[in-house]
Amino acid sequence: MSALSNTTTPGVAAAAEAGAPDLSAIARPPQVLNNRGPLWVTDAVCSIVEGKTPLWWYAAISVSGAFAAMGGACILYMIATGVGVWGSNSPVFWAWDITNFIFWVSMAHAGSLISALLFLTRQKWSISISRSAEAMTVFAIICAGVYPAIHIGRVWFVWFLFPVPNSYGMWPNFSSPLLWDVFAVTSYLTVSSLFWFAGMIPDLAVLRDRATTKIRKFAYGIVSLGWLGTARQWRHFEMMYVLLAGLTSVLVVTVTTIVASDCATSVVPGWHATIFPFYFMVGAVYSGSAAVLTLLIPLRLIYPQLKDLITPSHLEKVGKLLLMMGSCVAYVYVFELFTAWYSANPFERGAFLERLTGGYSWAYWTCISINLTVPQLFWFKGIRTCLPIVFVLAILANVGMWFERFVIVTTTLTRDFLPSSWGEFHPTIVDILTATGTLGIFFTLFLLFIRFVPIVNMSELKAALPGTQPHGASDHSTQEAR
Amino acid sequence: MSNFFPRWANWLPLQLLVCGLIVGAPITLGIWYYFTPKYTRVGYQPDQPVPFSHALHVKQLGMDCRYCHSFVEVAGHSNLPTTQTCINCHGEGKILPNSPRLAPVRESWKTGQPIPWVQIHRLPDYAHFNHAVHVNRGVSCYSCHGAVNEMSVVYEAESLSMKWCLDCHRAPENFLRPPSEIYNMSWHPDSAAQQREMGMKFKEEWKVNPPVSCGGCHH
Repeated sequence: MSALSNTTTPGVAAAAEAGAPDLSAIARPPQVLNNRGPLWVTDAVCSIVEGKTPLWWYAAISVSGAFAAMGGACILYMIATGVGVWGSNSPVFWAWDITNFIFWVSMAHAGSLISALLFLTRQKWSISISRSAEAMTVFAIICAGVYPAIHIGRVWFVWFLFPVPNSYGMWPNFSSPLLWDVFAVTSYLTVSSLFWFAGMIPDLAVLRDRATTKIRKFAYGIVSLGWLGTARQWRHFEMMYVLLAGLTSVLVVTVTTIVASDCATSVVPGWHATIFPFYFMVGAVYSGSAAVLTLLIPLRLIYPQLKDLITPSHLEKVGKLLLMMGSCVAYVYVFELFTAWYSANPFERGAFLERLTGGYSWAYWTCISINLTVPQLFWFKGIRTCLPIVFVLAILANVGMWFERFVIVTTTLTRDFLPSSWGEFHPTIVDILTATGTLGIFFTLFLLFIRFVPIVNMSELKAALPGTQPHGASDHSTQEAR
Repeated sequence: MSNFFPRWANWLPLQLLVCGLIVGAPITLGIWYYFTPKYTRVGYQPDQPVPFSHALHVKQLGMDCRYCHSFVEVAGHSNLPTTQTCINCHGEGKILPNSPRLAPVRESWKTGQPIPWVQIHRLPDYAHFNHAVHVNRGVSCYSCHGAVNEMSVVYEAESLSMKWCLDCHRAPENFLRPPSEIYNMSWHPDSAAQQREMGMKFKEEWKVNPPVSCGGCHH
């Protein structure tokens, strides 16, 4: 991204060279601490992949792998037996399957937002965390993708979801948001995987060039797609990267909007609200920011060399994003209750009264108490820069968001217009083990990611180092380094 | 360690892609053609216990479908004729009473055991088809069974796939006929345009509104 990082206006550079104003007061914090050079960055990032596999990694992947395998076994059992092994019933046709689907697919969004939108807006602080945030996106979409196919019950009919020409003359219902969902999620998975992988190509080539064994040379040689780092390749690469970033940024908005439409276009009280797309969007970025913090804080502890790359200032900015999105979520919570009251619709009012005081009110109050307080704590600099506290708060935020999805999807369905069709939902052991199975899949993939892929975007980060821009400063910190 | 990928490796992805297409395309097209009812069902022509010729009885002698398939207008199921129906004409002292080709009919008449005709047009148990509803609303025997009046041995003329059903349910005006021509197997519209115009009129007048939802046929 070398050419793209050059954002300095000629005026500033000229003024700085004249030596007139002192810019240190408005200087941006450096992207890499302790004046590390490009070679140090390469060594630091590659050492994670090239070093001996640490013992904790084996321990962690056996635990997460065991959970993933358990989840897989539950899915096979469900397919062989039928959806009756889940707690889903009439009227709660959507239960933990869709709750977890929305939870995961929403969490994915912060990764795309951080890497794509912040890349397009030239926000350099996102460089060092974008790679792992994108990985989180891809893995979260994979976890989300577990559910839509199996929740239909007869998995062998999953091709009905796609417009395949067939001798049944049968087509998906193009006016249904459930179909838009299929296209939205599959294109989101495709584009975000491409975006993630494409961004890695120069870094994978670095690993290939540093490889000491034949197997590594071969494997990284294949995935780096013959990258040589020529000017022509960089020109194509940067153009492609901008285009993919643009596409990803748009998809972030469309995917959540469509997922929200699954609920909003129905007539179920508690779902039928125009605020839903916005609601899901801000909730998604909120939970995703929390997930990024949850993953990065321990990663910095395990690999101390990352502390100079993923700086406290970077994490603080993610915390501010969490604060802003969390406040939007709080606004929606309040506004939802106001709308229910102001609508004067007895069913709408009843649905929210049920949430506040009904049998599942404990879930609602868990969600509300976490999501109204946790983000607001990030107003305090002392809290949002204290990483142990941030880590705990980030986990809490994700718990709160899971409960939000549960309240919206599952508990809403327990009450219908007719009291005769009211019901309850209780998760079975298969529900629970499938849900923990997706957690297992997520962490297994993330552990593999840490071990085999450069987890920080080296090429982009090195281009943002002081003095790496041939045509002058890349930002104010460069001036200090000179 | 130096690079050990030879130059030809640059072309490998493209070569793999082309190979994939060369292998994949015939498989896709083959399944498309050979695995669908258009290929697997159309033309099914089993041997029957009696060499009964529809061409002779309908085309040459001018018999009506309903003489033998007598409940088609009033029942969901269109019946095969009982042996009694055959004996009406082929009984003692009537047409060909001693033909060896009619031996199974006489045997059936004597013992009371029905003639074991082999079923040709068979819908799955989960698909419900009502003959009376169709023939009373302008759908001819011909539309589903083909030119039976030309067949000396009956075969399956149409695929009876779900798409084939839906082609008519979605656009019945392309098939509806005047009520007088339902059992006339040799009637054809003058042109497609005339069929359409006439069909639209019938659809309107008879309020033909075929179901296209799952529950319409899969009760």
